[in-house]
Amino acid sequence: MSIVIPQNLTPGFANPVRDAQQVFRAVLEALARPTTPQHVNVDMLPPAPLGVTVGAVILALCDEQTPIWLDPALRGAPEVSAWIAFHTGARIVEQVDDAAFAIASSPSTAPRLADLARGTDEEPHRSATLVIDACCAPGIGSLKATGPGIPGVAHWDGAGLPNEFLTQWQENHSIFPRGIDLILTAETAVLGLPRTTALNAHTDEKRNT
Amino acid sequence: MSGPRIVYNEGYLDEQTKRVVRRALLKGVAIPGFQVPFASREVPMPRGWGTGGVQLTASVIGPADTLKVIDQGADDTTNAVSIRAFFEKVAGADSTTRTDHATIIQTRHRIPETPLTENQIVVYQVPIPEPLRFLEPRETETRRLHALEEYGLMYVKLYEDIAKYGHIAKTYDYPVLVNGRYVMAPSPIPSFDNPKMHQSPALQLFGAGREKRIYAIPPYTDVESLGFEDFPFEPQSFDQSCEICESTEVYLDEVLIDDQGGVMFVCSDTDHCERTLTTRDHDHITEVNA
Repeated sequence: MSIVIPQNLTPGFANPVRDAQQVFRAVLEALARPTTPQHVNVDMLPPAPLGVTVGAVILALCDEQTPIWLDPALRGAPEVSAWIAFHTGARIVEQVDDAAFAIASSPSTAPRLADLARGTDEEPHRSATLVIDACCAPGIGSLKATGPGIPGVAHWDGAGLPNEFLTQWQENHSIFPRGIDLILTAETAVLGLPRTTALNAHTDEKRNT
Repeated sequence: MSGPRIVYNEGYLDEQTKRVVRRALLKGVAIPGFQVPFASREVPMPRGWGTGGVQLTASVIGPADTLKVIDQGADDTTNAVSIRAFFEKVAGADSTTRTDHATIIQTRHRIPETPLTENQIVVYQVPIPEPLRFLEPRETETRRLHALEEYGLMYVKLYEDIAKYGHIAKTYDYPVLVNGRYVMAPSPIPSFDNPKMHQSPALQLFGAGREKRIYAIPPYTDVESLGFEDFPFEPQSFDQSCEICESTEVYLDEVLIDDQGGVMFVCSDTDHCERTLTTRDHDHITEVNA
């Protein structure tokens, strides 16, 4: 691995306090109101292939107390690890189940939910948060979401979810209070899927009008 | 030459502390009603005066926010005034006493009478976050009881109340079941306010600074006050109306007015009382002029 000296790194938040607050509030609202995108607006240029919004989420939430797992594409770019280490002090881990935050640069490279740390019944908060860069990802179908934060039923196209995700998510949902929380990031928005959200495929059988 | 000036970080807390609180908040929202431990820091007020609420507000508040702080419904008591002044100074946020103008409402022991909206976050100051604490003093045990969803103790306590007094004798901090899973202490709000938590459009955050716990109720979440089929939960109710603004269906404070034992009942929510009074007087004036 080549040594990257900090001078070559792109800067983090232009305004660390306010940007972190703004990004956190968007993530908080995203997890509190699942499937509703929350606007994020930061001016930043993290090293490719790390997306802007993913980078912002990492800077807002991670520090030396949160081991981070990166997908192969991100790990393949040494500037990404160096950028994260320089700006947050977070440790990059090899084993996905050691991570507090797992970062995937695209839906297809996301780890299986069952491989991540899912917490224990006594300490369900010690589970991983999965962040997927879902920038420009297509929808995977018609989904119905229910649960806390959603008044009634929310209809969602599932853009940014990995393939064959539904069964994984239903399993993740069924082990409540344990489970993974998911954050999907787009170019200027974040979308949350906490473990409490029930996802089902939407069938249009009754809609004949 | 002026002396050295202390400049605090925006929001008073340092960024690392904010991140700790923020991560705990996110997990709290993902596991409604579960108490997430966090590294509670010192803030410039004694433990038990709302340090948990202050740390939550400090981690959540930004320049776009408008803060309202109430202490048992009142905007003008010492604790409320000083916390509001504190955030005006360290967070540069606007503050208000009007519930409908606020984006963050930090509260001690009340939920405002004005219905909350989707754009609001309510921050509760919590003294004892563990609903089972007076039934089981050991933290290791209460954690296990929550993990096993074993809430028999609480139901026995409520049953004993009924056996002794003929009704459930808990009028504040009345335990609730959140999203059908965790029994949670709603902080010492009157049981009158309990129904407002159910399916509230606002995000509700709870901070216990001394006990180092954070928990949350996402918007539109079921919050059921515990009870039995034959002895269901009954919120407190009042027969009289506010003697200042004549509101009914509001929570009333009993205020001593002389040394002869004379009392009057007035709204606990000062903002609600003031606004009702203003609207009424305004209507009255329009009527007279018409």
